[in-house]
Order: sequence, then C-alpha cells, then structure tokens
Amino acid sequence: MPKTLLTIATRKGVFLLDSDDRRAWTLRGPFCEGWPVYHAIFDPRSGSIYAAAASEWHGSAVWRSRDLGSTWELSSEGLSYGDDAGRKVSKVSTLALAGDRLLAGVEAPGIFESRDGGETWSLLSTLSGQPGSEVWDDPGHQPPGHLGISGFVCDPADSERFFAVVQGVGAFETEDGGSTWMPRNRGLRRDWPAEWEEVGFCVHKLVRSADPRRLYQQNHVGVHRSDDGGRSWTEITEGLPSEFGFAAAAHPHDRDTAYVIPLDPGHGRLMPDGRATVWRTRDGGSSWEPLRRGLPQEAAHLGVLRQAMAIDDEDVPGVYVGTSTGQLFASADEGDTWSEIARYLPSISAVEVAVLA
Amino acid sequence: VTEVRLPATLTPLFVALPRRLEVDATTVLDAFERLEARWPGLRDRLVEEGPALRRHLHVYVDGQRADLATPLGPDSRLDVVAAISGGCQN
Repeated sequence: MPKTLLTIATRKGVFLLDSDDRRAWTLRGPFCEGWPVYHAIFDPRSGSIYAAAASEWHGSAVWRSRDLGSTWELSSEGLSYGDDAGRKVSKVSTLALAGDRLLAGVEAPGIFESRDGGETWSLLSTLSGQPGSEVWDDPGHQPPGHLGISGFVCDPADSERFFAVVQGVGAFETEDGGSTWMPRNRGLRRDWPAEWEEVGFCVHKLVRSADPRRLYQQNHVGVHRSDDGGRSWTEITEGLPSEFGFAAAAHPHDRDTAYVIPLDPGHGRLMPDGRATVWRTRDGGSSWEPLRRGLPQEAAHLGVLRQAMAIDDEDVPGVYVGTSTGQLFASADEGDTWSEIARYLPSISAVEVAVLA
Repeated sequence: VTEVRLPATLTPLFVALPRRLEVDATTVLDAFERLEARWPGLRDRLVEEGPALRRHLHVYVDGQRADLATPLGPDSRLDVVAAISGGCQN
C-alpha cells in the first residue's frame, strides 16, 4: 500500500501528515523552528522535503529535510540579489522541481535555482524586459500583497519548459530553461484599463491538466481554460457563485475535471454564505457542481489561499484543502465526500501531496 | 575581545551556536563576519542586501543602539536583539 505524504506550509512552520490509506492520518510538526513557511514540496527523486520560508527577523531561506522530516537544515547561500542591485529578496513564495533543478520564486519578483538540492542558489531570471516591467517591477509600485513570483507550472516531459506567475501581472512561459520568456495571457479578462496588451492580468493559480495542452486558471476575475498550452484563454466562470478565488486543481487523469474554491471578492475573501464548498467541473468548465458532503455548512467562514489545494495522482485521486484558519479537509474519492483530517493548525499557506512507493 | 549575546531565535539554526560568545572584531559587521567563518550562513540571518542590518533586528554596543558600522572597543559588549516591535531609529 503506498504511503501518502502531505506537506503543509503554515504561518508557524511546516507540518507533515502521513497515511497508509488516505483515511487515518498522523500529524507531525511544527518544523522549521516555527518560521513562516509559504510552500513546501516533496522531491520524489531525492526523497527530500523543501520548504520556502521567510522569517521577519532572519530573512528568507529554503529549509530542507533529507529524512522525511526528522531533521532539518536551511540555506540561503546565493539567494540574494547582491548588495548593489537595489532590490531585496524579502520572501521565498513558491518552489518547484524542473528536472534536476529546484526552482524558488521570490519577492521582489525573481527566480532562483539550485542544482545541489537546496544547498546553494543562483539567480536564474527576474523576467526583466517583459512588457512594462520597468513600471510594474518598480518597488515604488508594489501592490498591497507585494509583488513576487507566486507559482510555477512545470512540464513533466520537458524540464526546460515552465510557467512562472508574477502576482498581479500575469503568467509567463519559458521554453529554454529560463533564459527567455513569453507572456501567456491572451484572452484573459481584466476589469481595469490595460496599460499593456499582454500583461496586467491577475493570475491567482495556474494548473496543468492530464493533457499537457489543457490548462486551467483561477484568476482575480474568473476561471479560465486554455487548450493550446496557455497561448489563448477562454473564460469558464459561468455556473460558479463567484468569479473570485485563489486555489485551483486539475485531475491527474481526466483533462475535463478541475476544482476551484470560489470566494467572496473584496476584503473578506471567504467561502460564500458560511458554507464550505469546493466546486468541480467534469466537462472542462461547461458546468460546475458544488461538493459539500462532509464539509461544514453552517457558520464556516473559511478562506483558502492559492497554494492550499492539492490533488494526488492515485487512480481515484484524493483532494486536499487547507484553510487560512488551520483546518485541513481531505477527500479520498475525487471530492465526492470530505472529512476534516487536521484542525487547530496555524494559518495554512500551502498544501502539497506526494504518494510514496 | 567583544562579548556577543545572540537572540534565542538564532541559536537553533546552527550547530552548537551558544547564546553568549566572544569574538575579536573591529565593527559590528566585522563581528558578524567572524562568526560567519565559524558558522557558515550566520551572516545572512543578520544582514540583508546593502549590506544592512535586517529590519527587525536591533544591535546595541555597550548598551547604545548601534548599526553595522559601529566600532567595537577592546572590551565591548554587543547585544543582538530580535525586536518585538518596530521601534524607532532615532
């Protein structure tokens, strides 16, 4: 029986949940000395866990554990713009594996890479030269949530090809390992004046489906689908209770199945009406169904951040949702039924899942 | 020789780093760089790009608020404090 490992990034360190059957879970943690952690991933090739962290006192670093959480160490060697660049690494927001490289997305927006399992880092790209970057990447123009790289989407078949999302600006794709970039935002809606044709979009979460050409995204305004690898986008919001949300997930075996968690827009950004609900499409976004069985339906004022929903790749995939108030919900049947598998955790920033052989 | 006192948030990050230790250094930054030689990565936990002292850390030399360039005397005491509030520089 495979073991399922959840890596939970929280405002107060990393927590791990293990299960042999995806029903009974064992919680371990907190790890990483209680540092605020924004994303944690498992690397199946090395067996390491990596955690992107930023301490208010001691700066940004990536923690790593080579023994599934028993011991941890951290490094930020090379994870810096240098003394003369005029920009600082204020937070490591997101991590990804691209072939034998570990990628770290940071604020101010930039991508660092490590080729030695997180011991040392070097700057890969700041996406400079993209349309309008002299304006949107000016520290004086930072939005309230700051500006950074908020996510990656890698291509399992080609490690030189991946997307990076710049918060409040849009998605960009490289086909040469990070040397050159192309905006991939055509067709996305925006409800504000356009300063540049190809950037200025608020991509919250980008995910790739079972079909590598099919992508989904939860945007600040609407859920969108691409059938050409991100070159063009079509809105598929109709049928959802809100166009706004952060998290999204795509089924690992069925390109037409995806999940989002609509939230009230504005400052609250909670699930509507105090009813915890994940929404699923089975037809590529033509229709949506609410998934509520086992989720709290009264006075459940829950928020879920962009990296806080994950899906495993079992034959019948499990779906996992972490809230900003420290609950963790899991479904072992593609979202049909849910149970709470952890509570009273610190605010959850990110959830990832790995199935260990 | 300067007596250095480090915050409790720092010591768990490095093997066998004590809360109190002694270094032979000419400035606050020099003291941090000498500690870096013994505990690689330590400077980065105290100093950000610039170089500048990390924003929510305070340093005191002989009880007076100091910065990275502050000189250390032959018998100075250097306190590094993880601030619990923003405080005021001046």
